[in-house]
Amino acid sequence: MKRLTYPFTAEAVREFKVGDMVLITGKLFTGRDAVHKHIHDGNRPPVDLKNQIIYHCGPVTLKDKKTGKWKVTAAGPTTSIREEPYQHEVIRDYGIVGVIGKGGMGQKTLDACKQYGCVYLHAVGGAAQVLAEKITSVDGLYWDEFGLPEAIWELSVVDFPVVVTMDAHGNSLHKEVEEHSKEVLKTVI
Amino acid sequence: MTKKVAAKKVAKKKILAKKKSPKDQTIDSLIELIRITSTVVPEDVQRVLRDSMKNEVKDTTASYAMGIIKDNIDLAKIKSQPLCQDTGTVIFFVYHPPGFRQNDFKDLIKKSVTKATQAGYLRQNSVNSLTGENAGTNLGEGHPSIHFYEHKGKEIEVKLVLKGGGCENVSAQYSLPDTTLGAGRDLEGVRKVVIDSVHKAQGKGCGPGALGVCVGGDRADSAYYAKKQLLRKLDDKNPHSELNKLEKEIVETCNKLGIGPMGFGGKTTLLSCKITSANRVPASFFVSISYMCWAFRRQGIVLDKNLKIKKWLY
Repeated sequence: MKRLTYPFTAEAVREFKVGDMVLITGKLFTGRDAVHKHIHDGNRPPVDLKNQIIYHCGPVTLKDKKTGKWKVTAAGPTTSIREEPYQHEVIRDYGIVGVIGKGGMGQKTLDACKQYGCVYLHAVGGAAQVLAEKITSVDGLYWDEFGLPEAIWELSVVDFPVVVTMDAHGNSLHKEVEEHSKEVLKTVI
Repeated sequence: MTKKVAAKKVAKKKILAKKKSPKDQTIDSLIELIRITSTVVPEDVQRVLRDSMKNEVKDTTASYAMGIIKDNIDLAKIKSQPLCQDTGTVIFFVYHPPGFRQNDFKDLIKKSVTKATQAGYLRQNSVNSLTGENAGTNLGEGHPSIHFYEHKGKEIEVKLVLKGGGCENVSAQYSLPDTTLGAGRDLEGVRKVVIDSVHKAQGKGCGPGALGVCVGGDRADSAYYAKKQLLRKLDDKNPHSELNKLEKEIVETCNKLGIGPMGFGGKTTLLSCKITSANRVPASFFVSISYMCWAFRRQGIVLDKNLKIKKWLY
């Protein structure tokens, strides 16, 4: 088990290889479909994403009626491939060093990871409770006009479990598994 | 007034206060159905997941993923919070006796869904497809999805499936013959396209997954009947012997693909496959596949005459 601790850097993430199991401690920003499209359309993100990790996630959130504070009650990853048209540019233009999601991403994102120093970290899809447990505080909420699941949530996490499935050296576990399973597929159909 | 009489009056008041209106009682029962569906994986699914875990090699990413899945199932139940943040399309199947007021029941379902959303059992998950607006209530055109069936029994039975978007996106429909796959209009052709759909899904549908399949029907009915197969218990037996054989064969073959949990590679790709058929017109031969994620959220209740939950169906 490896660790990635805040403040994150491109150098630190370049150390990782496909298949590494990593625990992240520090800060995450959620961002999914609406956020990526909005940034890609030319709008500056409301927070500085340099050396930050973006998490493809639309959490279940509840506001405490007394304190007015937000609590995340479920927070698993959403399918990342939908951000494929945008992710490369977001990595390039805003200096993100990690993308957490599920299902993996395509060649364009893989190229950006290599070129700019970024990794794709796969969280276990559907494991919303295990992952929400690792969130220790909600530190900010931005662009909530997109609806709460689509907003940017600034979160602090401790020992957030992920697997590196696309590294900064051009390797993708998703590509490997797809190619291997395709070979098997040919023999069974 | 003697003490005894006063005590009796208080007791009577308590009973009166406890007795809910039929509408409120129905809403309570439906909210409980939503809560359990969203937070607890049914036992038949858990059993298959537990058995699959044993097949994965220790210290691999596949066994790591299965371990997190198991922890998540336990934690969601203890905390009574959604297994997955994507609480999906909310799909009700209501089986009722003759003379039942469907529209009244629809209203109660809608109220329950709104309340369950406020309680955090459902995410604010319903988006207007034209404006992008999310009202935060899970109500809107087509939401929740409600299907009524009149049955012979005297009781009301309500089944609920929460179908996440990730696994819905990898669900598929094929039109046979499919020349690229060499799939003709027979069960061998069906076998080929179903396995192809699992390969195409890779880890994107939050595998290990479970399939509902329909052979035939028009495009709309075919997709609906495929989804309805998800109501079957994973350990049941298809009464159609050839389909029963095909179901098993598909699961075995898909688990040889090496896609594994989350697409990390591994031995568990598919938990189950359930197949039904519907008549088609001579020109069409559709095969529809509804992919369900490992967080298989499906539950059902039978209501008693007081509209309380009498029995859980899974």
